Amino acid sequence: MEGMSIIVKKIVQLISALIFVFGMYSAIHGHINPGGGFAGGVLLSGAFILLIIAYGLDYFKLKQQTEATSIFESLSILIALLIAFSGLFAGSLYFFNNYFPAGTPGSLISGGLIPIYNVLIGVKVAATLSTIFFALIIYKEEIRR
Amino acid sequence: MENLLIIILVLMIIAALAAIHAKDLISAVIAQGFVGYGLVICFFLLKAPELALVQIVLETVTLIIILAVIYDSSMKEIGEPIGKRDIVTYSLSFVLVALFLYYFNKAIVGLNPFGEHTLRMSEMYVKEVLELTGSANLVKGVLWDFRGLDTLGEATVLFTAAMSVLVILRISGKKHQLTKK
Repeated sequence: MEGMSIIVKKIVQLISALIFVFGMYSAIHGHINPGGGFAGGVLLSGAFILLIIAYGLDYFKLKQQTEATSIFESLSILIALLIAFSGLFAGSLYFFNNYFPAGTPGSLISGGLIPIYNVLIGVKVAATLSTIFFALIIYKEEIRR
Repeated sequence: MENLLIIILVLMIIAALAAIHAKDLISAVIAQGFVGYGLVICFFLLKAPELALVQIVLETVTLIIILAVIYDSSMKEIGEPIGKRDIVTYSLSFVLVALFLYYFNKAIVGLNPFGEHTLRMSEMYVKEVLELTGSANLVKGVLWDFRGLDTLGEATVLFTAAMSVLVILRISGKKHQLTKK
């Protein structure tokens, strides 16, 4: 895939960082504001997709990045599962037990385990969508050669 | 607000039909985008900013991916003339739509009017989420505490999608490269 013109490249440079920061904000503040892990993860992967479409394939070394994203995807969902399982051993015995203290509602550190789950699912969704997009693009390049 | 919703829904149905029948694939994608963003407006009118945010972000990313695919494959739809077999399909679909509308009409007679709900479970959620979980966003409190297993299933679906894409595309791409060498 070839890169686009210099106008598109400059605008993408300015905008994709903003999109990335908004995605992180949306994932971390998911238990206070609308948004949360899923929307934040899609925003994070959207920043990368914009960069790749504007700059072309050769600018990034994509083959190493698919391995990295699939490792991150598996790791984040594994950690989320382990935290969910740890509820079986703490306090009352059920899956997805929210055993952390609730804190004052509305502040950043509140809601027990919910912010941790939000960040983990944000990483997972971002890694999944990026993996799918990278796989599609690398397949196309490999067919063409 | 109901009238506004009806107008938007009718426009969305028209756009969906246009997306199916458009000859140019880019106009089909634009019509499909209208369906998605119309859904966003509906969510905002029904006071669901959480769903609206997820829908607007996902719609944008999928539109970008579909447009990238179209630019690389073909812009025109490959049309086929209507044969004898299609007549059976069309008549069968009309019969099914009529049956569906009949039973749908029967099913909504016993419901409450628009805007009033009878779910006892959701009332309990709305009252006690803040106290039990401490999460100011009620939706996330329900998703990650009371309904954690549902969210885990959602994550599993995404994981399976990524794995299947990797299995199909990476292996066949590598084979293609090997045979060319």
